[in-house]
Amino acid sequence: MSVFVFVETFDGSASNVSWEALGAAKTVADAFGTDVTALVFGKNASNIANEAGTYGADKAIVCEDATLETFRLEPYAALLSKLVEDNSPEAVIAVATVRGRELMATSAVDSNSGLITEAIELEASGDAIKVTRTAYAGKVLQEMSVNTGTKFVTIRGRSFAPNAKDDSSSADISTVDAVLAEDDIVTKVESFEAEVGKVNLNDAAIIVSGGRGTANNPKAAPSDADDAEIWKAQDGFATVIQPLADTLGAAVGASRAAVDAGYIPYEHQVGQTGKNVNPDLYIAAGISGAIQHQAGMRNSKLIVAINKDGEAPIFKISRYGIVGDMYEVLPALNEELKKRLGK
Amino acid sequence: MHIVTFTRSTPDTAAKVEVDGSGAVTWGDAATVVNPWDEYSLEETIRQADAVGGDSTVIAVGDELHLDSLKHSLAMGLKNAVRVNADGLDVTDSLQWASLAAGAVDNIEDAQMVIFGKDHVDVGSDQATYQTARKLGWTMLSNVSEILELDADAGTIKVEKTLEQGKQVVSAKLPVVLSVLKGINEPRYPSFIGIRKASKATIPEWTPADLGVELPASSTTMNSYQNPPAREITNEIIEGETVQEKAAKLADKLMEEKVL
Repeated sequence: MSVFVFVETFDGSASNVSWEALGAAKTVADAFGTDVTALVFGKNASNIANEAGTYGADKAIVCEDATLETFRLEPYAALLSKLVEDNSPEAVIAVATVRGRELMATSAVDSNSGLITEAIELEASGDAIKVTRTAYAGKVLQEMSVNTGTKFVTIRGRSFAPNAKDDSSSADISTVDAVLAEDDIVTKVESFEAEVGKVNLNDAAIIVSGGRGTANNPKAAPSDADDAEIWKAQDGFATVIQPLADTLGAAVGASRAAVDAGYIPYEHQVGQTGKNVNPDLYIAAGISGAIQHQAGMRNSKLIVAINKDGEAPIFKISRYGIVGDMYEVLPALNEELKKRLGK
Repeated sequence: MHIVTFTRSTPDTAAKVEVDGSGAVTWGDAATVVNPWDEYSLEETIRQADAVGGDSTVIAVGDELHLDSLKHSLAMGLKNAVRVNADGLDVTDSLQWASLAAGAVDNIEDAQMVIFGKDHVDVGSDQATYQTARKLGWTMLSNVSEILELDADAGTIKVEKTLEQGKQVVSAKLPVVLSVLKGINEPRYPSFIGIRKASKATIPEWTPADLGVELPASSTTMNSYQNPPAREITNEIIEGETVQEKAAKLADKLMEEKVL
């Protein structure tokens, strides 16, 4: 009757946010008077299970079958559902990543279990788990409960603290077989092209974002550029925003206006139809702060705005602001931060 | 081949959404729009159905609020629209929603593919998408950024998925449920003629009994909505004689805040 935690892995390592799920699970397991079991599937699972032990997992169940090497929903869901059926855990908790979301929703159907997604707070209450989450694109909070059976909950990344790492503690590890054979699996991964050297927006502790103001680049676009405005904005992301992000180890974000204008790919969009983020520091440069953008970043711990227009709404939700041209302020800020950070 | 998609009406993206004195979510006089993520799935459904010479249907699960988005879908070019409703449906309970959604897809002859938008802004979750696929027993391909090949005769599909770490090409066999990302296409605006035709359309309603579905008991309960606590933020505009001075002051503040 343990609390299960799905530890997400990629290419033989645990995702940065996976340990947060162990932290969230510990609180619930303590309240239910039970322990925490980490589930680790795929490449290098045994070693990752050992690592999970140092982050507070009491037990771990691993499967290193070749069919599980790269995440695919079918074999992962089949195995998770089998483990739930065999062990009747109190709860299953995972981080609401792209993979975690579909795995948990799918497996919850198999055991007819309730699922609540993207918890920002959770607590055990009697036999139930009470969850606080957001709805309507982050504009309202919602409290829901999942009451009976095995309770499935996904947590939003960076909302729960991981347990302190303790190298002397370890998990009791057991091994299980995969449920599906390769011939039973319809989906085949043909190729994978990694995004190299980029910090993931969802994991990022710091985000530097650019908006429509990136098009006010004082540099002249070369005469062979297809579109001078797009060239200026893209050059701004590459030569002004990215260097500051590199200094800070930050991810690069963007407003919808910048994405729709073709300045930067959609993967960088923060806001209502982009990513919902909550970093420690969010620097908004040349972003006016439309309500749709605010919906995706207003929960950042510290917001800094740099905008030419002192009346821009972004300043109202920012702790610090500089009214000025991002093309002057960001390079100057980058130099000052490099000095202070010894870079 | 019949391609099915789902939509719903959600408050205009610029609307101020809040919780009123009775604890209900309200957006005042603001209009509803098609769930913003669905613009891409509606467009993709039209394109794929055209490409294979197939039929297309858009479904909304829930009350009459969603009729507007069904009419918008018809105006864009979807061939059929239907609303599924049930007494006592809790739209925040994804297993109930998915049971009805899967029942509706099963009720459509030769349905081989369902295309969802990435997320549903009202409930703030995409879980019902995956659960609809599981209830149907179909293969789920999520976060699709491009459909590379669709061969209706051979019953195969190849897509590009965008994950946190990069892009993955995956092949599978029909029937499939897809969720598609913004950027997969450029959604069209409904034509004037399309809008006029859609406004006259009568949209059929299916009940659980029509679908032979029994609404499952709620697996979750919705306790309450609340407005997010107002954040106490002191706004401080950093002043200085030069850009360098302002930048230096800001850098000092960021060091003091211990966020670096």
